[in-house]
Amino acid sequence: MASDSVFAAVVRAPEDPILGVTVAYNKDTSPNKLNLGVGAYRTEEGKPLVLNVVRRAEQILVNDESRVKEYLGITGLADFNKLSAKLILGADSPAIQDNRVTTVQCLSGTGSLRVGAEFLARHYHEKTIYIPNPTWGNHPKIFNLAGLSVKTYRYYDPATKGLDFQGLLEDLGAAPSGAIVLLHACAHNPTGVDPTLEQWEQIRQLIRSKQLLPFFDSAYQGFASGSLDADAESVRMFVADGGECLAAQSYAKNMGLYGERVGALSIVCKAADVASRVESQLKLVIRPMYSNPPIHGASIVAAILKDSEMYQEWTVELKAMADRILSMRQQLFEALSARGTPGDWSHIIKQIGMFTFTGLNSEQVAFMTKEYHIYMTSDGRISMAGLSSRTVPHLADAIHAAVTRST
Amino acid sequence: MASNVLSAAASASPSTSPVTDLLKGKGRLGSGNVGSLFIKDKGNPFLNSKSCGRISMAVAVNVSRFEAITMAPPDPILGVSEAFKADNDEKKLNLGVGAYRTEELQPYVLDVVKKAENLMLERGENKEYLPIEGLAAFNKVTAELLFGADSPVISEQRVATVQGLSGTGSLRLAAVLIERYFPGAKVLISSPTWGNHKNIFNDARVPWSEYRYYDPKTVGLDFEGMIEDIKAAPEGSFILLHGCAHNPTGIDPTPEQWEKIADVIQEKNHIPFFDVAYQGFASGSLDQDAASVRLFAARGMEIFVAQSYSKNLGLYSERIGAINVVCSSTDTAARVKSQLKRIARPMYSNPPIHGARIVANVVGDPALFDEWKAEMEMMAGRIKRVRQKLYDSLTSKDKSGKDWSFILKQIGMFSFTGLNKNQSDNMTNKWHVYMTKDGRISLAGLNLAKCEYLADAIIDSYHNVS
Repeated sequence: MASDSVFAAVVRAPEDPILGVTVAYNKDTSPNKLNLGVGAYRTEEGKPLVLNVVRRAEQILVNDESRVKEYLGITGLADFNKLSAKLILGADSPAIQDNRVTTVQCLSGTGSLRVGAEFLARHYHEKTIYIPNPTWGNHPKIFNLAGLSVKTYRYYDPATKGLDFQGLLEDLGAAPSGAIVLLHACAHNPTGVDPTLEQWEQIRQLIRSKQLLPFFDSAYQGFASGSLDADAESVRMFVADGGECLAAQSYAKNMGLYGERVGALSIVCKAADVASRVESQLKLVIRPMYSNPPIHGASIVAAILKDSEMYQEWTVELKAMADRILSMRQQLFEALSARGTPGDWSHIIKQIGMFTFTGLNSEQVAFMTKEYHIYMTSDGRISMAGLSSRTVPHLADAIHAAVTRST
Repeated sequence: MASNVLSAAASASPSTSPVTDLLKGKGRLGSGNVGSLFIKDKGNPFLNSKSCGRISMAVAVNVSRFEAITMAPPDPILGVSEAFKADNDEKKLNLGVGAYRTEELQPYVLDVVKKAENLMLERGENKEYLPIEGLAAFNKVTAELLFGADSPVISEQRVATVQGLSGTGSLRLAAVLIERYFPGAKVLISSPTWGNHKNIFNDARVPWSEYRYYDPKTVGLDFEGMIEDIKAAPEGSFILLHGCAHNPTGIDPTPEQWEKIADVIQEKNHIPFFDVAYQGFASGSLDQDAASVRLFAARGMEIFVAQSYSKNLGLYSERIGAINVVCSSTDTAARVKSQLKRIARPMYSNPPIHGARIVANVVGDPALFDEWKAEMEMMAGRIKRVRQKLYDSLTSKDKSGKDWSFILKQIGMFSFTGLNKNQSDNMTNKWHVYMTKDGRISLAGLNLAKCEYLADAIIDSYHNVS
């Protein structure tokens, strides 16, 4: 019997930097601890939220005796796919009417990005994807494993805590023709800094002039501004010009369906027959990965999107979540102003979405964790969704202390 | 020129924050009337199309950049159901995909699953992200179900268990781990095997080759060939084994044969890799169907085991399964688990909760667990009865004296009829019986009432088509 393991060479992998924050938070026994790590919405009471409309939809599904658990097709639930495309592209989108869009159900945002990237690595002539600097930590890993090579374009300007628009245009301008470009549709993660619509238009023109291929990551539609249409403007702008693009959608945040893993990948093509062939190739990517996607979350989404009353209810609950985040931004900004914390903190209210890029460095972050039990990612990103009126003062104290302490 | 464009954009930027605007009830910037921003676009270096007195939009190439993509062929297994749906003949029979049907040929949601779902709804559980490795309660019960709760591999914490997307997803996680940590190592798969196995290893870039398995002369196991091929493989190869109810043949090694297979695998320092998609579904007994895996575990071997709850709990579309890696020590298992997580994160981040909770509830509750066992015996029992009736029909109708007893000897959802591609096509084209081209039929899609019809179809295809 072999006493040596065949796995002797396998080393322990480090904890995922984002999800690892929650692991560390859970271990902390302090009553003042605050989890501002992973982007999951919390109520004013600091509790996870399942939307009322989601519970309603789920009740209907579970009570429906005619429902079965048969395998979905490889591309997932057909209704869900159609409704998702309409949600992101607009119900009257000519691209949809022309049958030029293929939409496949995937495992939330991550799964949609991965399937799209694998498809491009196999079938697209340019294997480089440009991602903004910074971006969600999982992006480079997804693309690398899918077989793409990853380059960055300038995005965040630490001096202004806003968009480095010059740098962005220069870097995309220097990209090889045809390269893929990852764009955050709204509520950029981790910075919360979005281009204005005028800036988006310029980006669009640059991308089209260089025949770059846009790949949108839309994880916060409706969650950023509170308006589903406003948050999809960037994507729709690109589709309106008749060009091609990819869009990964997630329902994790805007429908609170995190653990159900619901998302969709849409590929907008020039022509219907192209879309059809593209879809057939997407199936070849999916089948050896997980065969077909999970039904539960997609059924909930479809039920809500297709019923006008439930859809309405959803938009109201969605806006309430977005409004609470906006309120937290305002309160934190005011709390820091009240404390006279040195520095310009207006970026807190200029940035949008779930996250704020505080501008704190990793040393300051470590201090806040150690002394104030504030858990956040080391890049200075905080999830506003994890704050409440009750905990804002504690965070403001922590930031103030971190910034004013002598090193 | 470029600077004009940029400065125009800069001056159009708002000085108030979007936040305060929104709080005051003003909408987000832009009314969607994007074209109006660039009417005076002469000389704009970013535009390459002409403005013809209307708003010009810089459009990408007129030809799709995906123009060269060809239409992929339909999946050989899942494509069968699609073809079946398109057939309007009332005699049609779907014996393609392995999904259980009732005697009325309807899909079946287990009572115990409905109970679990109702319990879950009543509890009003949240929908937060699972950890990357999945639901802890699920991982615990799934390993115990497979290895036996009193197995040393469990008590010594030597199993790395990660929730995966049913069987396919679990196999894929393992395949990627193999590619990373065992570079150049080959996986040996049975000839034949489930059609998707090779796709999984291909996409994970793991080389594979086949070991002899099915003997068409006996419509049984080519045991000598199997042992020879496993012996001949380079040391340290991965041997993919079906834990029970081999797919597509339905032919399983006997317990004595399993011992010999384990011997030769140990001898060559190979690594056994079990695909367990039918635990409880094959014989009706969860423990009996896990005997092969437990035999290997009892020998202290390091083993990969992929599990699926698609069939035995009827959770097909919930995508619930697990990859288990039995290691030589607790620490090794912890390291392996951490690396499996690293593979899952850039693939889908964390697995879906719903199916995992159902399994955890059913397996974790003694009353529900007993109910499940009863339902599983019922499903396996129906398959056995259908096998018997099909055999009886074939034997009474076929005057050629051909031995159809392999139908009774095979086990599980599938039967390898021995029909070749042309004969299988005849089954479909003439008799509207849908099956895969390798001659596999899913008995789960058959009922007693249709056995005679199916027997006629098989006899005709076997004798009259070559």
